[in-house]
Amino acid sequence: MRRLLENKVCLITGAAKGIGKSIAEKFAKDGAIVYVNDLKYGKMDEWSKIISEKYKTKVIPLYFDICDFDEAKKAIIQIKKEQKRIDVLVNNAGIITYELLSLIDFEKLRKMFEVNVIALIHLMQLVSKIMIRQKNGSIINMASIVGVKGAKGQLSYSATKGAVLSITKSAAKELAEYNIRVNAIAPGMVATERFLNEIKGRFEDKLENVGMKRLATPEEIADAYTFFASDRSKYVTGQVLGVEGSFTI
Amino acid sequence: MKNLEKYKKIFTDVFSVEESKLNEQFTRDIVSNWDSIHQLNLIVSIEDNFDVMFDTDDSLSLTSYFTGIQLLSKKYDIEF
Repeated sequence: MRRLLENKVCLITGAAKGIGKSIAEKFAKDGAIVYVNDLKYGKMDEWSKIISEKYKTKVIPLYFDICDFDEAKKAIIQIKKEQKRIDVLVNNAGIITYELLSLIDFEKLRKMFEVNVIALIHLMQLVSKIMIRQKNGSIINMASIVGVKGAKGQLSYSATKGAVLSITKSAAKELAEYNIRVNAIAPGMVATERFLNEIKGRFEDKLENVGMKRLATPEEIADAYTFFASDRSKYVTGQVLGVEGSFTI
Repeated sequence: MKNLEKYKKIFTDVFSVEESKLNEQFTRDIVSNWDSIHQLNLIVSIEDNFDVMFDTDDSLSLTSYFTGIQLLSKKYDIEF
């Protein structure tokens, strides 16, 4: 039986751990050829081999800094040369801070905009050029419930994710005529290793505000990505899908 | 096909003009149908044919038949 993402060429940024890693595994399981990006050289080598063999596909590490425009361009050219196409871009890489307005570190804020917003736009620009030729493609951006609803103590982060929402909607309008879909996923609280470390003593009480009374698993977020990556969503664009278990933030 | 022939063909295809019209006068300011859609088609076609990927600055600077040749030869080492 043909798998849901069979032979689709996908690039996932920030894929060495957490949600990005789960998305990569899910895509591989569904038959995609997955280029996994992260910053630290060598970090995904062993894991990508195991996943490739397990799911009888190709998971290929691509180590580059998404903020380095030249490196990003080289990576996209490499994928184009090797596969002749790019079907799916998952803009997952991002950084997060927890700061009250009065304590915002502006260096961190600038860096966060560089990673979460500027690099994301640049990758969309590069990949959309290839997708325009194909007259087909899906771009999926990592937003957050915080970007949709705001959150006390996360003004900086919410600003970057709010930008991701508007970028997604504008790009969807601009690229629809080329049959390129642009959507975003807005997770609530997800049980990643990073979040579980953060949550200790800080966010436990917030679980009371989650209708389902539990955190999402990274795999549950990855399921939503699979939907947007696949042809099951081929008439869906400009949408922000909340995956937050009825979270009242 | 030689690079210059390839380059000329891109212009004749994108702008639906005869090759004899391709000279120093063939610029964005003068050619009436050189709009943003034709600009995008031109860039896509050049990138495909010469296996390059333009930076945004390159795309914006491509405003005439001759500047394209200069750009490709100087920055992307394409020989004409």
